[in-house]
Amino acid sequence: MRHIISILMENEPGALSRVVGLFAQRNYNIETLNVAPTEDPTLSRLTVTTVGDDRVIEQITKHLNKLIDVVKLVDLTEGNHIERELMMVKVKALGAARDEVKRTADIFRAQIVDVTPSLYTVQITGDAGKLDAFLQAMAPVGILEVARTGVSGIARGDKVLSL
Amino acid sequence: MELLSGADMIARFLQDEGVEYIYGYPGGAALHIYDALFRQDKVKHILVRHEQAATHAADGYARASGKPGTVLVTSGPGATNAVTGIATAYMDSIPMVVLCGQVMSHLIGDDAFQETDIIGVTRPIVKHSFSIRHPSEIPEVLKKAYYLASTGRPGPVVVDIPKDMTAPTERYEYVYPKKVKMRSYNPVTRGHTGQIKKAVELMLKAKRPVFYTGGGVVTGRACEGLTDLVKQLGFPITTTLMGIGAFPQSDDQCLGWLGMHGSYESNMAMHHADLVIAIGARFDDRVTNNTSKFCPTAKIVHVDIDPSSVSKTVRADVPIVGPAASVINEMISLVQGKEIAHPEALGEWWQKIDSWRDERRGKLYEPSEPGEALKPQEVIEAVCKITRGEAFVTTDVGQHQMFAAQYYHFDKPNRFITSGGLGTMGFGFPAAMGIKKSYPQDDVVCITGEGSFQMMMQELSTCKQYGIGVKIVNLNNGSLGMVRQWQDLNYKSRHAHSYMESLPDFQKLIEAYGFTAIKVERHEDLEPALERAFADNNELVFLDIYVDPREHVYPMQVPLGAMRDMLLSKTERT
Ligand SMILES: Cc1ncc(C[n+]2csc(CCOP(=O)(O)OP(=O)(O)O)c2C)c(N)n1
Ligand SMILES: [Mg+2]
Repeated sequence: MRHIISILMENEPGALSRVVGLFAQRNYNIETLNVAPTEDPTLSRLTVTTVGDDRVIEQITKHLNKLIDVVKLVDLTEGNHIERELMMVKVKALGAARDEVKRTADIFRAQIVDVTPSLYTVQITGDAGKLDAFLQAMAPVGILEVARTGVSGIARGDKVLSL
Repeated sequence: MELLSGADMIARFLQDEGVEYIYGYPGGAALHIYDALFRQDKVKHILVRHEQAATHAADGYARASGKPGTVLVTSGPGATNAVTGIATAYMDSIPMVVLCGQVMSHLIGDDAFQETDIIGVTRPIVKHSFSIRHPSEIPEVLKKAYYLASTGRPGPVVVDIPKDMTAPTERYEYVYPKKVKMRSYNPVTRGHTGQIKKAVELMLKAKRPVFYTGGGVVTGRACEGLTDLVKQLGFPITTTLMGIGAFPQSDDQCLGWLGMHGSYESNMAMHHADLVIAIGARFDDRVTNNTSKFCPTAKIVHVDIDPSSVSKTVRADVPIVGPAASVINEMISLVQGKEIAHPEALGEWWQKIDSWRDERRGKLYEPSEPGEALKPQEVIEAVCKITRGEAFVTTDVGQHQMFAAQYYHFDKPNRFITSGGLGTMGFGFPAAMGIKKSYPQDDVVCITGEGSFQMMMQELSTCKQYGIGVKIVNLNNGSLGMVRQWQDLNYKSRHAHSYMESLPDFQKLIEAYGFTAIKVERHEDLEPALERAFADNNELVFLDIYVDPREHVYPMQVPLGAMRDMLLSKTERT
């Protein structure tokens, strides 16, 4: 099963490489990864999506917790949560396709953020499934470039990941 | 307020931390530190002949004393030479602090002379690592390094120190930090009481229980408690290779150690048990054999300080995360005054175990006759006898290591010193040096093979410099015996590179360093040689003992089998 694990870690050089190194070293896989400082500049928040059975996920969270730079973590998929990813796509937009791209973007609540005579740059946010669906819809028109941030997430309700 | 340079801070910190010996080797990036060490006399630096030996020596000291060992090396090749020793300590959870010189900060990343990203290289084999970014950080970072290395599940910590951080011209305030706190590191201090109760209930109800305890009981200083608990319950106990001596081996309740080359009765008892009480052990593949066939009828209680060890390879029915000592103490107080539910079943269980013991008694190996080459097993028995079972015994890796573990009997912990997790040939001799430096009154014996010894024999020179009187027992079978054994069993005796056609004359080699070496070729030469070798506790003596090269280590678990599936000799199997 796919899990979204969010980690608060020391904003120190080398902390990220310890997390990433752990996945490589123990043969766990990383599907997406994103990281940025939080409102507290001494802390970074890193979110990783990974796939594994319960046993593997248990080992991953235990080993992550063992890293000295990791302060706290949560497996968001264990409870209700909001998952978001941002993607920017350059698609061909010539002739009839130009309208088609615009219409599809509207359906997906995506925005066109840059234009040239021959292409549109579309920005879209949502969960990973929505982004995949958008790419599928755009495929016949011709996708030129894709930039995805990787999944970020937060728990629903009163639950808070902080110190 | 005291102003010190980074280099002086390091020397001062080591004094304040109570470090007596550091093992190291100098080089450009570490020279300010070496100069600071030169200008004081409390911390004694032992100059090894290869940085790997520095790590093993510090590691040997740590295993014998339970305190962190300290290593100092220079950048680049100095640091990379230490890598094998860091990995060795990591795999066996040994506390160690490794100080590495580094090129000047402004050169980092430029492929400067002797620059290696040692933090990157060692990342998967350290508990944690630090880079010094300002000299004023040194006291706190070093305190954190020792704190991390020696608390929780211990392990090696690397500190990377760019040369400019130790420059003699820049001085900063020095205060020895008595305590450190790290918000992201809070090792557990006790186990979950509810879980401990559950475990004790299972223990009291068990019909065929067995304790299976590991190195965590030794590093966790829980051996006395363990002995009390096991005695109170009257259960059998088997330990891992790393846990040898945590419970006295001469006691009838001890079945020896378990696993690939463990005792017949240990492996049989594990397989037939209805309750396995694992403490400070990690269900290593050299113990469990095939996990899907592991202990088919047993419930498993697993106590470990490291949550990631629990249910890693074998699911625990009652997981308990906590330090061995406090969990064991809670168990003792819960057991006190209680009766076990099935004393008659326990009696039958002991009968069964004794019958396994009887089955193999006197059949373990065939002793040699006068005029013949010695058997390695009997050499170890003789070494055990002459040292009254009280020596610190270090080993290298191979058949001799297994024979040492099988035939030397340990009643105390911290005495059998071996590279269990990584299996590092070359470990034994420098580890023995590190122990002997700190325990000069004790017998320190390195049991080695001619293959392993040649990996670290340059340390004879270190022993000469510091007068380190370790005894070296070389079980010379003229081959990489353990490799050869596998080739005999799995490759139709095709001995690909498992023998050495050009062994040195060890006697001449040892004599070149001014030490005594005795060659033992026949059965009757052993006793006088041992008496000579152990006559003077402070003299290094090398015993070159020619043992029967055809000997295999048995029992040996059959690959992919259960605990009980063992070869018992060249012709028998379970
Ligand atoms: C550094 C290292 N290289 C290779 C091995 C693989 N290995 C395990 S045992 C062994 C043979 C050791 O030979 P020797 O020291 O003579 O001991 P013996 O088995 O003959 O007693 C080898 C090569 C190892 N454990 N460590
Ligand atoms: Mg050999």
